[in-house]
Amino acid sequence: MIDKFVPDMAAALAGIADGSIVLVAGFATGLPEALMQGLVEQGATDLTLVLNAGGRDTGPIADLLSSGRVRKLICSFVRAESVAGRLFAQGKLELEIVPQGTLAERIRAAGAGIQAFYTPTGADTLLAEGRETRIVNGRNCLLEYPLAGDVALIDAWEADRWGNLTHRDSARNYNPVMAMAAPLTVVQTRNVVPLGAIPPDNVHTPGVFVHRVLHVPG
Amino acid sequence: MDFKPLDRAGIAARIARDIPEGWFVNLGIGIPTGVSDHVPLDREVIFHSENGVIGAGPAPAPEDVNPFLVNAGTQFITLRTGGSYVHHADSFAIARGGHLDLCVLGAFEVAENGDIANWARSPNEPVKQVGGAMDLAIGAKRLWVAMEHTTKGNGGSRVRRACSYPLTAKGVVKRVYTDLAVLEVTDRGFLVLDMVPGMTRDGLQALSEAELHWQ
Repeated sequence: MIDKFVPDMAAALAGIADGSIVLVAGFATGLPEALMQGLVEQGATDLTLVLNAGGRDTGPIADLLSSGRVRKLICSFVRAESVAGRLFAQGKLELEIVPQGTLAERIRAAGAGIQAFYTPTGADTLLAEGRETRIVNGRNCLLEYPLAGDVALIDAWEADRWGNLTHRDSARNYNPVMAMAAPLTVVQTRNVVPLGAIPPDNVHTPGVFVHRVLHVPG
Repeated sequence: MDFKPLDRAGIAARIARDIPEGWFVNLGIGIPTGVSDHVPLDREVIFHSENGVIGAGPAPAPEDVNPFLVNAGTQFITLRTGGSYVHHADSFAIARGGHLDLCVLGAFEVAENGDIANWARSPNEPVKQVGGAMDLAIGAKRLWVAMEHTTKGNGGSRVRRACSYPLTAKGVVKRVYTDLAVLEVTDRGFLVLDMVPGMTRDGLQALSEAELHWQ
């Protein structure tokens, strides 16, 4: 019997190694907050975090960064007045800023087996300096590579034992995309439902992309 | 010359007048966010938010807040009847794939060739605030900009022959709505479509670094 539920946080985050690239879903809502807190306690260090933005002064992103375990942040923007902004200014955090759509598409490409793509986004900007551009269909385009994680941390509204997921409203955001893009996808779900309870037409993230599910009632 | 500049809500309202029913529209953060407040709900314009919301509606009453439903500025919103959700890559497929009839962005500067600068004030700015602007700028069928005509600090013009700040995208802006005028970007440069009452051609030109053209 397939059962992707794990009993506790230690089992959910077991094996995440130092130096891992960690995809963290969420956009104001839909953040896997319990897993992020668990990662602080799990102790892996020298991490690269991939997420939408660098967070604020408080909250789960700030806590992870403040733990001193993050070497590099890959995201679409960082507020100067935030834990991430200050760590960067102090030289304690590497930053790679990626346009938000390119970030999502690089992660999707990783999950879909696409080895590279060209996009006009950013091609005529500072972000293209020193990188390969080419004219495609008359438009200047920038070469982008996929962005895979070693682990993805995902939030869900419902999950069944196969790891089929639903996400609530705009809490969907990066969750289905990041779930595709790592060999270890760990989910925290508010609700546990029996296999078959989610109508097949309504599965947002199919269990094929999911490896471990932890029930975190919200 | 006796004229009254539009305030930020006034710029937003002026833009809203020009958005017809049926358009699919993304509004950037800043002045553009206010545009939807001035589109009556019976004029069916569908607002897209980068975090995967199609059919974003007005802010809810405090007691009706849904913590799972925010816009790209992380403000609580509602979903209009007929609205839907997509994941982030699909949401940016909408933006990058040419499915938006219109995107309205704020900007520091716009140039007469349609270049836009809206993410950094210097190439050496330590912290980069890119967000989704570069994706929206290259992908929408039309890009309009909402901004003040001059800077608050030294009164320098944001309406430029060439942008002095780092570019967000090249040659993409179709129209600029400022607190003083509406400018169309054309092959010969900025064409003035509209000015606030009391503004004169010479007065507007004096506040614009780029050469203005008139119908």
